[in-house]
Amino acid sequence: MKNFIEIISKPDNVAIVIMMIMVLFFTILAFYYAISGDRRRSREVDHGMFPEHKADGNDEISPWDYAPSWPYLVRKEFLVAIIVVVFLIIWSIVLDAPLEEYPNPTRTPNPAKAPWYFLGLQEMLVYFDPWIAGVVIPTLIIIGLCLIPYIDVNPKGSGYYTWRERKFAISTYCFGFLLLWITLIVNGVFMRGPGWVWFWPWQEWDPHIVTAEINVDLPQIFGIDSRSLVGSVIGGMITLGYFVVGIILPYKYLKKRGSKILVELGILRYLIVVVLFLMMIGLPIKMFLRLVFHIKYIWVTPWFNI
Amino acid sequence: MIKKLFDKFRQTQIGKSIFRRNYTDTTKEKMLAIHGNIFLHLHPVNIRRGALKLGFTWAMGGITFLLFLILTISGVLLMFYYHPNTRDAYLDIKDLEFTVPFGMFLRNIHRWSAHLMVITVMLHMFRVFMTGSYKYPRQFNWVIGVVLLLLTLLLSFTGYLLPWDQLGFWAITVGTNMARATPLMGHEGPFGPELGMTAYNDIRFALLGGSEVGSNALLRAYIWHCIALPLIASLLMIVHFWRIRKDGGISGPR
Repeated sequence: MKNFIEIISKPDNVAIVIMMIMVLFFTILAFYYAISGDRRRSREVDHGMFPEHKADGNDEISPWDYAPSWPYLVRKEFLVAIIVVVFLIIWSIVLDAPLEEYPNPTRTPNPAKAPWYFLGLQEMLVYFDPWIAGVVIPTLIIIGLCLIPYIDVNPKGSGYYTWRERKFAISTYCFGFLLLWITLIVNGVFMRGPGWVWFWPWQEWDPHIVTAEINVDLPQIFGIDSRSLVGSVIGGMITLGYFVVGIILPYKYLKKRGSKILVELGILRYLIVVVLFLMMIGLPIKMFLRLVFHIKYIWVTPWFNI
Repeated sequence: MIKKLFDKFRQTQIGKSIFRRNYTDTTKEKMLAIHGNIFLHLHPVNIRRGALKLGFTWAMGGITFLLFLILTISGVLLMFYYHPNTRDAYLDIKDLEFTVPFGMFLRNIHRWSAHLMVITVMLHMFRVFMTGSYKYPRQFNWVIGVVLLLLTLLLSFTGYLLPWDQLGFWAITVGTNMARATPLMGHEGPFGPELGMTAYNDIRFALLGGSEVGSNALLRAYIWHCIALPLIASLLMIVHFWRIRKDGGISGPR
């Protein structure tokens, strides 16, 4: 526990603690607004106070909905600025930025960690090769984020907090942001010790700890050499099959239910949504396979391994 | 008393030349206070009441911009005391800590603002997502925002190396080692060696200006951090803020 307090009170890690508090607070706030807003809207619809057509943005806005920016906006900005600056001044007086010794290329610290906001990606290095964890995943995150407005065809929920009208979009985003991004950063900072070994808060960081892990490739479980042609083909089929099945099954399901969403999305948007979603879900799937079944690679080829 | 003196000063020849108008509490003057002020004219003259609620915006975008300004000012001050070479850099930071008046404070506020800015950018994005504010007609502004998020991370990343200590050195070493494995463009990535990539011509070499984190890498990090990235970020921020206005102001229920 002494060890954990030492880690948590490292100057840089104070920022992580602040991040955890802020993310928790604002997540609760957002969902509180979303759910109470949903309740209010359904009450107003029941009482005929909030006609549904108001939600699709065709209504005129009355001038009474507006306030002059001076002073109502400017004074709030000014107050927020003062509070933030005071907070930063106190933080900077109380806590000194870290400075370690002159760099020594022959003395690698253990654990050697990337800056804290990349620790989620560093965590992925446990489960994936560097070209996936360090290059493909961040590229896909950026591309995927950029695509969000173009693949979200739901016109509802623009400009107000809601859960009921955007369940899929919000749960997907929160899964990626809160679980895959924030949680993995926090784990990377506080739980990953020497040799990137998992240490619980009550455990001492022991650089000499030996963890016996025998990892196997997926085809090896069936007794097939994963490096042979057969093993490679099987691994490839499983990987590609995951995507093919993942694309076809929801399509069939939605078609059967006669869901409007397929028509609204169109085939190209549907493919983008599903492929991005499958890749995101692929991360926890691979994590699960590694942690529970000790699977190293699913697909081994002479050029790359997944 | 001060107000009286200030009002007197406004009536003098100099005062009249500085302030373009007298402020009286009328609707017209309220509008002109925004419209006729170079620093405030970015705001709309009138704003939807829903957009004023702190519960709606969390003020996260504004705080992020404020932090960018604080970082620019403290960063410029830090530049006065810093030489971007491996011989002086570390000692300059030591000087900031021990000999420069308020040097430690300057470094602290720069580092903590930087950490905080990464957090507020992520939360701003979270808020914009949760209120669905990226939807029509604001799609492209979200894309600019994503690029600004990336630039924020890169700004922080390049700044990490500048103190030239073990912490920054190894964080950047770990980070840039990823670039070795870039498919096609890294010498350890898939199809990299097949395309003739070595440690001396791949993308990591381009990032570091060498095959390891050394003086060239420090200089590159410095120039990206202090000049190139802030310029690109400023440019995109101009577009980001302008698009808010042009896309119909801050989002809200209609």
